[in-house]
Amino acid sequence: MPKRTDLKKIMIIGSGPIVIGQACEFDYSGTQACKALREEGYQVVLVNNNPATIMTDPEMAERVYLEPLVPEVVAKIIEKERPDALLSTMGGQTGLNLSVKLAESGVLDKYGVELIGAKLEAIRKAEERELFGESMRRIGLDVVRGSYATDLKGARRIVEEIGLPAIIRPSFTLGGTGGGLAEDMDQFLEAAETGLKLSPISKILVEESVLGWKEYELEVMRDLKDNVVIICSIENFDPMGVHTGDSITVAPAQTLTDKEYHRMRDASLAVIREIGVETGGSNIQFAVHPRTGRMVIIEMNPRVSRSSALASKATGFPIAKMAAKLSVGLTLDEIPNDITRKTPACFEPTIDYVVTKIPRFTFDKFPDTDDLLTIQMKSVGEVMAIGRSFKESLQKALRSLETNRYGLGADGREITDLENLEDKLKRPNSQRLFYIRHALKSGMDEDLISEITYIDPWFISQIKEIVEMEDRLVKVKSQIGLTTDLLRSAKRLGFSDRQIGHLCKMDEIELRKLRKGRGIQPVFKQVDTCAGEFEAHTPYLYSTYEDEDEALPTRRRKVVILGSGPNRIGQGIEFDYCCVQAAFALHEEGYESIMVNSNPETVSTDYDISDRLYFEPLTLEDVLNIVEREKPEGVIVQFGGQTPLKLAIPLHNQGVPIIGTSPEKIDLAEDRERFGKLLHELKIDHPEYGIAYNEKEALAIAAKIGYPVLVRPSYVLGGQSMAIVYDDSVLKNYMKTAIDASLGKAILVDKFLEKASEVDVDAISDGSRVVVGGIMQHIERAGIHSGDSACVMPPLEIPPELMDRMREATRKLALALEVKGLINIQYAIRNNDLFVLEVNPRASRTVPYVSKTIGVSLARLAAKVMIGRTLDELGFTEEPEIKHISVKESVLPFVKFPHVDTLLGPEMKSTGEVIGLDRSYGISMAKAQMSAGNSLPTSGAVAVSLADKDKHHLLLTIRKLEQLGFRLYATTGTRSFLTGHSIKCEPVFKVGEGTPNIVDLIRENRVDMLINTPIGEKSQYDAKAMRRAALTQGIPYVTTTSGALAAVEGIEALLKEELTVTPLQEYFK
Amino acid sequence: MTKPKRQSRRAVLVIEDGRTFQGTSLGATGETVGEVVFNTGMTGYQEILGDPSYDGQIVAMTYPHIGNTGVNATDIESDRIRVAGFVVRECSGRYSSWRATHSLDEYLKEQGIVGIEGIDTRALTLHIREKGAKKGIISTVDFNYESLMNKLFKYPGLVGQDLVKNVTVRKSYIFRPGTEPESPADYYTYTPGRPEQEADTGPEGQENKHYIVAVDCGIKYNIMRIFSYFKCTVIVVPATYSYAEILSLNPDGVFLSNGPGDPQGVPYVVQTVRELLEHQPELPIFGICLGHQIQALALGGRTYKLKFGHRGANHPVMDLATGKIEITTQSHGFAVEGFQDESGTWHITDCDELEVTHLNLNDNTIEGFRHKTRPVFSVQYHPESSPGPHDSWYLFRRFIELIEQRKTAAVGSTA
Repeated sequence: MPKRTDLKKIMIIGSGPIVIGQACEFDYSGTQACKALREEGYQVVLVNNNPATIMTDPEMAERVYLEPLVPEVVAKIIEKERPDALLSTMGGQTGLNLSVKLAESGVLDKYGVELIGAKLEAIRKAEERELFGESMRRIGLDVVRGSYATDLKGARRIVEEIGLPAIIRPSFTLGGTGGGLAEDMDQFLEAAETGLKLSPISKILVEESVLGWKEYELEVMRDLKDNVVIICSIENFDPMGVHTGDSITVAPAQTLTDKEYHRMRDASLAVIREIGVETGGSNIQFAVHPRTGRMVIIEMNPRVSRSSALASKATGFPIAKMAAKLSVGLTLDEIPNDITRKTPACFEPTIDYVVTKIPRFTFDKFPDTDDLLTIQMKSVGEVMAIGRSFKESLQKALRSLETNRYGLGADGREITDLENLEDKLKRPNSQRLFYIRHALKSGMDEDLISEITYIDPWFISQIKEIVEMEDRLVKVKSQIGLTTDLLRSAKRLGFSDRQIGHLCKMDEIELRKLRKGRGIQPVFKQVDTCAGEFEAHTPYLYSTYEDEDEALPTRRRKVVILGSGPNRIGQGIEFDYCCVQAAFALHEEGYESIMVNSNPETVSTDYDISDRLYFEPLTLEDVLNIVEREKPEGVIVQFGGQTPLKLAIPLHNQGVPIIGTSPEKIDLAEDRERFGKLLHELKIDHPEYGIAYNEKEALAIAAKIGYPVLVRPSYVLGGQSMAIVYDDSVLKNYMKTAIDASLGKAILVDKFLEKASEVDVDAISDGSRVVVGGIMQHIERAGIHSGDSACVMPPLEIPPELMDRMREATRKLALALEVKGLINIQYAIRNNDLFVLEVNPRASRTVPYVSKTIGVSLARLAAKVMIGRTLDELGFTEEPEIKHISVKESVLPFVKFPHVDTLLGPEMKSTGEVIGLDRSYGISMAKAQMSAGNSLPTSGAVAVSLADKDKHHLLLTIRKLEQLGFRLYATTGTRSFLTGHSIKCEPVFKVGEGTPNIVDLIRENRVDMLINTPIGEKSQYDAKAMRRAALTQGIPYVTTTSGALAAVEGIEALLKEELTVTPLQEYFK
Repeated sequence: MTKPKRQSRRAVLVIEDGRTFQGTSLGATGETVGEVVFNTGMTGYQEILGDPSYDGQIVAMTYPHIGNTGVNATDIESDRIRVAGFVVRECSGRYSSWRATHSLDEYLKEQGIVGIEGIDTRALTLHIREKGAKKGIISTVDFNYESLMNKLFKYPGLVGQDLVKNVTVRKSYIFRPGTEPESPADYYTYTPGRPEQEADTGPEGQENKHYIVAVDCGIKYNIMRIFSYFKCTVIVVPATYSYAEILSLNPDGVFLSNGPGDPQGVPYVVQTVRELLEHQPELPIFGICLGHQIQALALGGRTYKLKFGHRGANHPVMDLATGKIEITTQSHGFAVEGFQDESGTWHITDCDELEVTHLNLNDNTIEGFRHKTRPVFSVQYHPESSPGPHDSWYLFRRFIELIEQRKTAAVGSTA
């Protein structure tokens, strides 16, 4: 069927900020969709409030709206743009839910917008469990027994019928938020109650437990001619009971016979037809009983998903791109397979390697949370690795994770806590693989491990082969003992040089030399969708230890870009954005771009983005292998965050040409001592500091510079293990735990500048000219990690003289560090004094936000500078002036971690960010809050509970609320202060003082906003309960004075001005 | 399920153009010669091993982990392993499936099949893709290159050879499924019929609807399972059966099965089909794979050898009448010659009576045709799947419809 000509303009809704359960996979799918639709000649209107995405680059769509993803705002965009169609399936659950709301509220009908991809009816059938179950039974498919309840009584009735253990799943929540398993009645009632509250429609599903069953996913595509193909099968290593986002998964399915696989395929075809997803990709999940083979359908996602991104990277078949093309009427046989070029897209990819995905967790960021994996997703990122065996891909994936592991153990960083081993095997957790290894090493029977973990015996036996090799290697006594055969066998099982070196008592480089001397080198093979049956034209490569190499490097001028690895808190999509910009830049300059990365969710690992893609771990060994094969002119390490930066010096020492700012200078900026000297020479102030390697030194420094001090290990990103310390005892405690996190490196002890305001400056330098890209003022005061702080551009209240001093300091520092590329400097301002807090001669987290705000891609310019262009040549010689106001707000994952307090501090906790763009600060702030899920109220009641130190500071703000017509509730102390200043407010108890208390008020939806500033650096129990209640109830809450000021300013703006929508392109006309 | 670790023993695969792969022994020890081909299916190794279409061929699996689910008693496609040799990247030491009874290695050993593992199967695949399917030898006993090349030189290869005689049944028999399946996908409910049974001449049971004579050029069990599912009785006859012998069974329809090798190597089957077509213009005939090629030859068409063939379970085929695509299982090294005219219509070379019905979208080879005036059609691929997708079972229904139409017409004419 030819593509539709009745459609001209198509709207795509993105997935918004990165949150747990929805990460950059939707930037990948959205970017593909934009490109695909424009390639077919359609105009694209894009809505997404995440500034760190590639899809929101002004060149990705005709109109890019960085506006809040709420129905009222999107309706305004529809009214303004009048698109012919809305593609509902590209923006994850957010995009889908929003599309449903727009359809149900009649907005789409009103403006004649057609829903394409999945129709409303199909979305409902797939998403609403009752309808889904009915549909499945109609086509004769087995589903998990259970049904819906809208109250506790109903829930109890269901569980009495199906029995315990039972699973509770709230309807319409993201990534399974609020779901849980209950083994007894008490647990069940508690979980049911939480679930009912979390569900926006107060509905929960109660179903029989299929815990421990084998879990599979099939990625299905359908076109308008009803052609249906399976793109990829995925088997979960962790069986049912662990959210698939938190499971180790393997593609293709490993333990199904052809008969079972095709039964699943038949079911998938029937499901997509019955649900009626007309075009595009869907993900269907199955559970299979390991002993009877009973197969039940778990769920279907009628849209592209995290799994479809993984499947696309695993097979080379770009699902989102194809889905976009199918949505406008093209059929699978009309679209060529990008990779083979000669064959069509209507086929089922077959692969000749094994793909393993391992999720990345950050339990260390949330010490109050148990490392326990459940049906609620907790991971913040993932890695994928490709190998010619499961063993190889598993070990490659493990070393891609950057958790300081170099494979399945055997790297000198073994888990020492081995008590209750059986329990650790039984309760799924982020370290389970290592516990399995240990169990095997200690002689536990394979079958027993499989019984305890429910993990398929095939996987356990594969792991055993790895462990057996480890046992053989550890017996090697000399270099001669390490025979070529043994070494080669170990490499084929995925062992890293680091592991083998550790086992055979050699260092990594020594082993590398020995290995190369023996002629054992990896080869690179292509990902080609067809297992070699047809010639592939896209160099999408992975390494393995086989005979034949297919890399065939070109003779072009080329540069390698090292990506940022798995998403984690502190290092996410922003760095992928920079890497992709670098690839664009190299392309524009006629260079071949070679991307190296291990994150399947990203745009950078789309084989369409760079000239060559190496899907490889970002370790010294793996990168050296690529560099030796490709022999590039340069390697870019400054765009991928800490991951490639850590490799800069080791790569440099091996003679790899690092381009841009030199590794020595990058190192200098991280080295407090040398850097302190430099600042002194440049006459730039900085907070007093010292460097400690042990507790005694730390205490001495604190005594010298005075408390409070800010402590952290050097070489960390995202403020990991960073703390503000007010006295000796806390400092002692800190030093005990921090020494481990720092891996033997120094602990930095800085004087903490209380009440200072912080400023971030992003600039670019070509070595002789330095141009500031943007200056951002943090909304939160010093002490809150810059990644968690909201910020505004341009700054609101910094005197011009100070701005100039910052510009001058930035220039001096960039030149002194001989920066070629990007530099980010954090300043603190206190009483008109300027201090440098941190200098990062590399791309910072704020680069995409600044780039969107100023309409210039700083990363792209920087990449061009690195290959020798000057800023003069590039025409970027002056700091851009903007007439609009841009606010960045961070998005926090607390809702996923039930027992964690929601306070901000020096350690970064946010997973993503949103932007609010408008002509005034108030509206920009209101938009940013709306985008971050804290829609500010314009009427109703505000509950206030303030720390004494903040009361005076917030007096005017609270008064403003009263003037704006809000009813106020205040806790005792706060109330007496406010009434003392003739502000009318109603009393409310703190928790434990009586009822109704402030938590009751929040739970009963009688409050529309909460302002609560904490008393000390440690949160109090009742205050925490109050903040958690606000979080659960989804009402905006503010925990800082500056946050309160900003919120009220936003509220005032919402009341006085009209919220309008403007595409990004219009700001820069 | 746990079994003793296999001893790793050296094995070598030598291709006639000299390319050599060093690996370790899989299955039986010894030596085997055949045409080396690759199969891109990720599942279904057990079915592939038993598919008589692979007679004379050393099959290399492109998916690197083979043997993960062991072997079981039901997923067999003929009474024994038919491949000449087996090549895998890695055979699982331990298998996992609730239906499995043996490991792949044990199965190969038990049946005396020589295999090799641990080689770069992707390199082998690309080699075959570039150079075409070639003769090869696997040995675990002789590592002398000259000697192996010599053995290869003596091996005649597949072109023009009659391989059907190796796989066809010696006596006719009726296929009897154990119990009637709900659907052919429900593998666990039925057992395969026993070959070499005496042919039954009369109708039996109330359920039977049609009698189908299947000319066995190397038939797979799943074909018969599907016919049984459609309530047909299948009488399997040797490929050497003459036109008269087939007719004496009074079939409602004739099925020409899949099979190994070159259709030009079995002129006697071509002759039988030619006579059937000549004398029985009303008789529905359905051919697949080798049967499809034989049918084309009988109608005056031509066949040729493909460079490296199609073997796998992901080949897209378009039904030209509906424009719909089916994902098919394929295992053939020869094809029927066809061409596209200026108006874009496809034709079978030298066969004006035929209309092309199916086309391979990967390389535009002919995948199916039907006779313009008679109830005769065929497809190049394996609609019975096993292994592979079930997209093409409708063809069996189509065949049965032709039989029913004919019966209705016959009733109509006598009334």
